[in-house]
Amino acid sequence: MTVMVDIRSVHKSFGPLEVLKGIDLAVRAGEVTVILGPSGSGKSTLLRTINHLEKVDRGVISVDGTLVGYRRSGDKLYELREREVLKQRTRIGFVFQNFNLFPHLTVLDNIIEAPVSALKRPRKAAVESARRLLDRVGLSDKADAYPQQLSGGQQQRVAIARALALEPKLLLFDEPTSALDPELVGEVLDVIKDLAHQGTTMIVVTHEIGFAREVADTVVFMDDGRIVEQGTPTDVLDRPRHERTRTFLSKVL
Amino acid sequence: MSSDTLAKASAAPDTPEQTDSPRIVPQRRLGQWTAAVAVLVLLGLAVTSVVRNKAFQWGVVGDYFTSDSVLRGLWLTLWLTAVVMVLGFVLGALLAAARLSANPVLRSVSWGYVWLFRSIPILVQLLLWFNIGALYPELLGVKTVNLFTPIAVAIIGLTLHEAAYAAEVVRGGILSVDRGQVEAAQALGLSRWRRWWRIVLPQAMRSIVPPAGNMLIGTLKGTSIVSVIAVQDLLFSVQLVYHRTYQVIPLLMVATIWYTVVTSVLSVGQYYVEKHYARGSERSR
Repeated sequence: MTVMVDIRSVHKSFGPLEVLKGIDLAVRAGEVTVILGPSGSGKSTLLRTINHLEKVDRGVISVDGTLVGYRRSGDKLYELREREVLKQRTRIGFVFQNFNLFPHLTVLDNIIEAPVSALKRPRKAAVESARRLLDRVGLSDKADAYPQQLSGGQQQRVAIARALALEPKLLLFDEPTSALDPELVGEVLDVIKDLAHQGTTMIVVTHEIGFAREVADTVVFMDDGRIVEQGTPTDVLDRPRHERTRTFLSKVL
Repeated sequence: MSSDTLAKASAAPDTPEQTDSPRIVPQRRLGQWTAAVAVLVLLGLAVTSVVRNKAFQWGVVGDYFTSDSVLRGLWLTLWLTAVVMVLGFVLGALLAAARLSANPVLRSVSWGYVWLFRSIPILVQLLLWFNIGALYPELLGVKTVNLFTPIAVAIIGLTLHEAAYAAEVVRGGILSVDRGQVEAAQALGLSRWRRWWRIVLPQAMRSIVPPAGNMLIGTLKGTSIVSVIAVQDLLFSVQLVYHRTYQVIPLLMVATIWYTVVTSVLSVGQYYVEKHYARGSERSR
């Protein structure tokens, strides 16, 4: 299988605090990778470097064979112009913990914004595909609602539809259920599972161990800016090799 | 009174018609009613005094209220306000964008501008521009006094002053927009222009409109300061009349009423603009 995301010795610091201390990770196309780890382990930062929302200090990341944010010439990396970075981002969907829907636009306008303005799709076609996506996340009757009229779970499903509208090759989820009331978590996870079964390449940062066990092809456990271990859900969740992983799992399970 | 209430409360459980859903009796708002009566009495006194006092010369007010010179002055006040507001906010928005940009040169220039033009009283600034010919008798081969006519000085001075304040209002509005909004727009690949125009600014407008409405009304009245450089605005027009006729009070009443009328219209407009930009927010429903 081809590699969709290739991360090599990525380092990142915020001021004196080093949050990523050399990350190497390969994600194969069509697979679901779940990243687990305690708060502050660097998992969200790692996810944000993949679509260049955070710039790396050292190391390279490529998505579908293309370097993210840089152009390589010999042994130098040249920063890309913003326009080129934006174009790369349209191929990577990102779903935020706090949804970040645009509150002044209706659900439909939230979804068609990027296809129309970034991909220059005709409005009519964008609306049609937006309605199909809303149907897929079970919200076809909410097209004309404003985000704040929806529950948290519904907002997150709209956010997923918005990310899908760009037909990305890769979907990144940053703790998609952490801001939700417990009884709303299931509906969002169901949508993500559905996508997983259709073979979408995804990286999901989450605290939902049950979801990881059920859906993940690979589980990655991070702590203190490093990948402690990775493997199949059974390997990492049931037979963790590292003490750190065992302590973490014993606390969250 | 409190002992009385206590007595009633303790007596309540013994009453035969006790139910599980007792009726709620709202607190009596005695203070509110007293205040209302006091205000009405005072208002009545003020109105009678104004109506009975012959020195107001309401007849004269009526004669001049829609006279040509007053309406011409009013018209100048209105368009000067509009021009200054538009130019001031365009310049202010650019200054705010510069202040929030990643470019340190732009940031310093914007900061310096706001510092300078907020430091100089508008009256002093108008007088300086009015006398700029003393510093630079000729500009680009033209006599400075011909370039800096009173009306040009009024537009330049008020705009530069307004822009400094508008810059801070716009900057505050932009800062009030959640950082996640820009990140979401970036993650979707929206261009910088589109992010600014479609995502950030409409949301910033909610915090920009109330202080901008304040500034608009302030500017409307503030333009009266141009009467010192002989620009014939509303105030200067009535002054011209009373310098001739000595009917100072009735003519000042003419100006006062016009300023009040226009301000009221603007306040109503502000209400609808605020409502427009509040769409999608819970408070608008």
